[in-house]
Amino acid sequence: MPASIWLNLIPAFLIGGLLCVGAQLLMDLTKPQFTPAHVLIVFVVAGAIAGALGWYEPLAKFAGAGATVPLTGFGYIMGKGAVEGAQSGIMGVLAGGIGAGAIGITAAILFSYICAVSFKPKG
Amino acid sequence: MTRQIKVTPQEFAEMNKKIRPKPKLLRNCFMAFVVGGAICLLAQVLINVYQYLGIGLKEAVTLGTVSMILLGSLLTGLGLYDGIVALGGAGGILPVTGFANAMVSPAMDYKKEGYVLGVGAKMFSVAGPVIISGTITAFLLGVLSLLFR
Repeated sequence: MPASIWLNLIPAFLIGGLLCVGAQLLMDLTKPQFTPAHVLIVFVVAGAIAGALGWYEPLAKFAGAGATVPLTGFGYIMGKGAVEGAQSGIMGVLAGGIGAGAIGITAAILFSYICAVSFKPKG
Repeated sequence: MTRQIKVTPQEFAEMNKKIRPKPKLLRNCFMAFVVGGAICLLAQVLINVYQYLGIGLKEAVTLGTVSMILLGSLLTGLGLYDGIVALGGAGGILPVTGFANAMVSPAMDYKKEGYVLGVGAKMFSVAGPVIISGTITAFLLGVLSLLFR
């Protein structure tokens, strides 16, 4: 494997880390403290808006997994999907968001259900 | 015999404020950066390997996300993901592995309430609100782009 393809690990680490710092600040500086669910919602909504405006695309190109693995990436995919769907009218808008996020949603439901059923909780 | 302490509620609140440790903001942020960054780095390694195996960029990125969801679910099932969240805070919560953790963890805990109302319903205690907010935001953005094209 050529060494040059590993250069993209640096922006992935930095941007992914920075997004998580943003989430940490949101948790530590809010009163009453934001729960993980609140934090995830803020980031998904922010990602969707940034995706629809075309702002997230350059970040995803630059940072790769650093932009797509944090939950902003999930919002980005859904926002982008709905806006692209708008080209074929309101039906495209209705299908676009979940349609674009379908792979992630299905994988999450499938793996989560299998794991929750087959493992025993500790403690 | 109980001892009476003469402290007004205001004084008590002030004492409480002094004694309670301040959240270690800087340390928390540093750990979130390292742990969150490391999770994204691992995902990028997987994407690179998938691409090296001849998978196209777009598919490799999607497969990378799917792999991380699987990893997050497995680590939660094995009882190991709580340690990652304890160490990295938001660094363990924000990546998609944390999303998978938020689905598996309550589902597993409520298994005794059955596969429908236990596992099935509790799986969405965090994932549900997240998918709802994403779906509604995406819909509104789509409508806006229909109107202002």
